[in-house]
Amino acid sequence: MSLLELSGLTKRFGGLLAVSNFDLGVEAGEIVGLIGPNGAGKTTVFHLIAGFHPPTAGDIRFKGSSIVGAKPHAICRLGLTRTFQIVQPFAGLSVIENVMVGAFNREPEAAAARRSAADIVDFVGLGARRNAPARSLTLSDRKRLEIARGLATRPEVLLLDEAMSGLNPTEIDEIIGLIRRIHARGVSLLIIEHVMQAIMALSHRLVVLHHGEKLAEGVPADVARDRRVIEAYLGESA
Amino acid sequence: MGGALAVAALIALPPLMSKYHLEILISVLFWAYLGIAWNVLGGYAGQFSFGHAAFFGIGAYTSTLLLLRAGLTPWIGMALGGALAAAFGLFEGYLSFRYGLKGPYFSLVTLAFAEMLRVIAVNTKAVGSSLGLVVPTAPSAPGLFIFSGKLPYYYIILAMGVLALALTWKIGRSRLGFSLAAVRENEDAAETAGVDALATKLRAMALSSFLTALGGTFYAQYFAYIDPTITFGPSVSIGALLPAIVGGAGTVLGPVLGSFVLTPLSELTRYALRGRAGADIMLYGAILVLVISFLPQGIMGVVRERRARAGRS
Repeated sequence: MSLLELSGLTKRFGGLLAVSNFDLGVEAGEIVGLIGPNGAGKTTVFHLIAGFHPPTAGDIRFKGSSIVGAKPHAICRLGLTRTFQIVQPFAGLSVIENVMVGAFNREPEAAAARRSAADIVDFVGLGARRNAPARSLTLSDRKRLEIARGLATRPEVLLLDEAMSGLNPTEIDEIIGLIRRIHARGVSLLIIEHVMQAIMALSHRLVVLHHGEKLAEGVPADVARDRRVIEAYLGESA
Repeated sequence: MGGALAVAALIALPPLMSKYHLEILISVLFWAYLGIAWNVLGGYAGQFSFGHAAFFGIGAYTSTLLLLRAGLTPWIGMALGGALAAAFGLFEGYLSFRYGLKGPYFSLVTLAFAEMLRVIAVNTKAVGSSLGLVVPTAPSAPGLFIFSGKLPYYYIILAMGVLALALTWKIGRSRLGFSLAAVRENEDAAETAGVDALATKLRAMALSSFLTALGGTFYAQYFAYIDPTITFGPSVSIGALLPAIVGGAGTVLGPVLGSFVLTPLSELTRYALRGRAGADIMLYGAILVLVISFLPQGIMGVVRERRARAGRS
């Protein structure tokens, strides 16, 4: 039994079939990369797992029980949370306060939540910006804050939605390092990413989504050589 | 330090004041108190209620009817009114939040509920219809929340204000306070961080409506007369939100500062333009427009900016 298991997952928005009969498992201790061209349905899959939309059909099982119909906050408390592709900090709060919101799930007392949040702020490398208002952060720091807030809820599975988009190569290397350290803490990850060198380096397994359907799955090196995958990315005539 | 000094002055000075000044000070504290109550929902949780008169009226009518019809002391009646207002707030909040009403749509729903209660009160003989209810003022009976002078009412509203302020201060530092801020800033992000947005907003609604209802009972006992327009009308709803917004919504001291500026200001304009009906409200309105255009974050916003600038240099 996988830690997170999607079976026959389907989402229809009116006439649009965004995700179709999608199966995916994430094992404990695994990093799984989810890739695909724009509009393939990757973010929709995250919305479905995290409880933002109900699936049209199919099941999502986390730690053995179905989480279909549960609200995002309940799923978060079970140990699964996500970050957003377009970062969504609590702009008016400081860095540490942003992270405390997540930490309160495991530490109901403010002093303990602050300590635990401070550790995570240091862990993601925002220690020097601890008391800065979130709205004053650079994009790269906002991406770290997004990850820190998720980590503070102590997830067993963390879904990262394009944690590197818009960053420069140095910043991307730093986030790759951060993701490795998160994994070393025992967190399993499902990652959506367009930065290929990052997803190839990080993922144990790669799943390709195309027009809402699974196109390929396997170890990164094999998937990268798959003819269908290359066609999906570069077009039929390539 | 400054706070302790201010409270000491507020305790020590009033017995030396003239009746007129004492009345103004009671008015300042009364609107500050309603602002503090509104701030829990409108400021901390960011849910802009335009109909807090509903809770105010429920509080005023519940304790007054229980006093007049059953002889129950308003000291208990105000708690019952608070509970009833909280229940009504939860009902109103559940209907609105469950279906995702936000921003101006939520404001309109709260306004509609307050107006609905006003119309019901106007048309219900059992609650005095549009004639309202007269609360006995004599003989003085502290056990029945009836006093002969103004001073006891002053100390009651002062105590209510200090307690409500302490409560919001404590909430702001607790898990609930962080949840409220998270919901205000970004509901989707709050949910992914494990915050139950619906439950958080309902808690704010219940607390805010409970506190507002206590203010309704105070009003009924102090002014000794209530009617549907006074208690359920929009002027109470606006009076509750203005001090909080002008002072700084979502800050502990905002509503207090706001009321200390606004209440004497409205008193002054009324005095300066006496004899010309309505002119004072026009002047007061013009001043409000100026304040809100130049201080969008309220008075506390300026204070915070100054502090931040001093901290940097």
